Amino acid sequence: MKVAVQVTCINDAMFPDTGKAVFSVLRRLGVEADFPEGQTCCGQPMVNTGYLDEAVPVVRNFVDAFAGYDAIVTPSGSCAGSARHQHSIVARRSGDARLADAVAQTSPKVYELTEFLVDVLGVTDVGAYFPHRVTYHPTCHSLRMLGVGDRPMRLLREVRGLDLVELPAANECCGFGGTFAVKNAETSTAMGADKARHVLDSGAEVLVAGDNSCLLHIGGLLSRQRTGVRVMHLADILARTEDGL
Amino acid sequence: MSSTFVGMPAFPTAAREALSDTQLRRNLAHATGTIRAKRAEVVGEVDDWEELRLAGAAIKDNVLRNLDEHLLRLEESLTARGATVHWARDAAEACEIVASIARQHGADEVMKVKSMATQEIGLNEALQDAGVTAWETDLAELIVQLGDDLPSHILVPAIHRNRAEIREIFRDRMGAVGRPAPEDLSDRPADLAGAARLHLREKFLRAKVAVSGANFAVADSGTLVVVESEGNGRMCLTLPEVLVSVVGIEKIVPTWSDLDVFLQLLPRSSTGERMNPYTSTWSGSTEGQEAHVVLLDNGRTRALADEVGRQALRCIRCSACLNVCPVYERTGGHAYGSVYPGPIGAILNPLLRGTGVDDQIDSLPYASSLCGACFEACPVRIDIPEVLVHLRSRVVDAHRSSPKPEAAAMKSASWVLADAKRLSLAERGMGLAGRVLNRWGRRVMPGGRRALSSLPWPGSLWSTARDVPAPPTESFRSWWRREGRR
Repeated sequence: MKVAVQVTCINDAMFPDTGKAVFSVLRRLGVEADFPEGQTCCGQPMVNTGYLDEAVPVVRNFVDAFAGYDAIVTPSGSCAGSARHQHSIVARRSGDARLADAVAQTSPKVYELTEFLVDVLGVTDVGAYFPHRVTYHPTCHSLRMLGVGDRPMRLLREVRGLDLVELPAANECCGFGGTFAVKNAETSTAMGADKARHVLDSGAEVLVAGDNSCLLHIGGLLSRQRTGVRVMHLADILARTEDGL
Repeated sequence: MSSTFVGMPAFPTAAREALSDTQLRRNLAHATGTIRAKRAEVVGEVDDWEELRLAGAAIKDNVLRNLDEHLLRLEESLTARGATVHWARDAAEACEIVASIARQHGADEVMKVKSMATQEIGLNEALQDAGVTAWETDLAELIVQLGDDLPSHILVPAIHRNRAEIREIFRDRMGAVGRPAPEDLSDRPADLAGAARLHLREKFLRAKVAVSGANFAVADSGTLVVVESEGNGRMCLTLPEVLVSVVGIEKIVPTWSDLDVFLQLLPRSSTGERMNPYTSTWSGSTEGQEAHVVLLDNGRTRALADEVGRQALRCIRCSACLNVCPVYERTGGHAYGSVYPGPIGAILNPLLRGTGVDDQIDSLPYASSLCGACFEACPVRIDIPEVLVHLRSRVVDAHRSSPKPEAAAMKSASWVLADAKRLSLAERGMGLAGRVLNRWGRRVMPGGRRALSSLPWPGSLWSTARDVPAPPTESFRSWWRREGRR
């Protein structure tokens, strides 16, 4: 099986450690994955703001970069959702039948990281060690667009030393929402403030989620409020072992 | 005695006002939380809920696909049973039809059953201009009307009010328009309802004309259906000599067995009850009484023409999407500037009225984090996030001839992201900034990463409330080239 990792633009530019963590976990499980260097972004920022024409070249780049792989693994529920549910809309808009064909080829091969680990590799214990009190925020697109269900929790429960505590009102959106965070900044912040309060109520030292974009928002609020609570991507936790990273 | 949504500011501005109202936020969080829990419980006990949703969506889709035929069938059945059918292209036509019926019967007042269609067309205000007073008889609508207020929820229009505020409104305002509230009125819900009952009773008994909407219109039998909780609707539908019902053309269900599906979906989704207390059905007119039905377009055919958006016409106005919406819960309904607030309002208003003509309407599709809770709760499976994104593209396309700074930003982002080499170059620039900030930045986030706490505009829109991690000194792709590939 030829496996590619779609690191995502935000991880590439802002959270490279998450990208490294994905490769580290996959290697530990015996999967030699590739990072196709032509990759950039899934196009979601444009699509969700209404700029479909602007998304066309980005989606075109996506299908070019990932053509020929059997599985495309991404550490983001949101980007996986975009590839699986929105690329066809962009292709239709382009009026380019070849792009539509290419999208029909790549879209179904895109897996969110926990889907790939649990469903494709059949693994829940990835050999990780992380001796901290952790709570998990299910990001909206992983939860409702992809339906990853309890896969992330099953992976976390197998992490040695990890004390998993419940997050109140976990399924409620954190308020990030892409450009929503700046176009409706006050509403976004009000939602995030409630999420941050629930994180504090959980008593966790670390908030974990499967999307660094949401964590950029929640983590930014937690940091501004001087709460001392750290945010981490799920991959970053799964990459930790008793021997370090 | 009426307020209006006309001239409301765009959503972000209106939301800012609402967010600062701590009483409002408390009222809303409490009320939506309560309904949400009730709904979850009664939906959870139906094993075939998903099948019911699919059936509801399929019935409505079928009606919409053959709307012309169903409408003619409905008109035929209604007329055969003695009702008079009127067709209204828009709000003005519909209001004029109702006003002229009231005039013909010499009525200077009409009693109203809670109805979204009449709210949508601004019927009360139009009747007022025609010298006819419309009295709302639903408890929550009465609160809104007496308080010279605006509805903020489809099902619970006074959801933004708590009982102390309602007591004050009743004590201050009831006397001016009829029987006053008792001197010693408490804020107990039963006492408040009792005061409303006494106040309304004298109006019910003297009114000649009533105005209703309809939750459903059964084409086959010419039956209109009103689903309610308080019995005020039953009074209006039976006591007055003349009944005028304003019905959106999408309210049709073909047969009674189709109706069955919706009578299961609606109460559980709206009030969180297995069954609502009052379901009134009537087919045409009863002897000695007169029944009029105004079939209303008012933008529905425009919505129908939108291939992605037309699914919004399946809506049965249950409000489940409002109650689960994290945006609605914090801003309340007034911020949406329409009688249709919340997620469904964010798509229905642009679909009914068109995009690219009004900034307030154009702001609505953006009033969502696209979290998808609305789609999950919708009993007729309207994919609201899908329609929101579609309408955003309509808004953007409508403004392509006079682009905003945002459009320029998206164009350049598209240019950079269409090619890995360009992105790589941009990342190298970020890496330089990262090196400086990681050396000199003083703010440290939990976990040890350096952070920025203020950015120049437009970054300030982010950094006003949130710290921003400093960019890393090296992007992932640069690391990969250096040593990741191995």
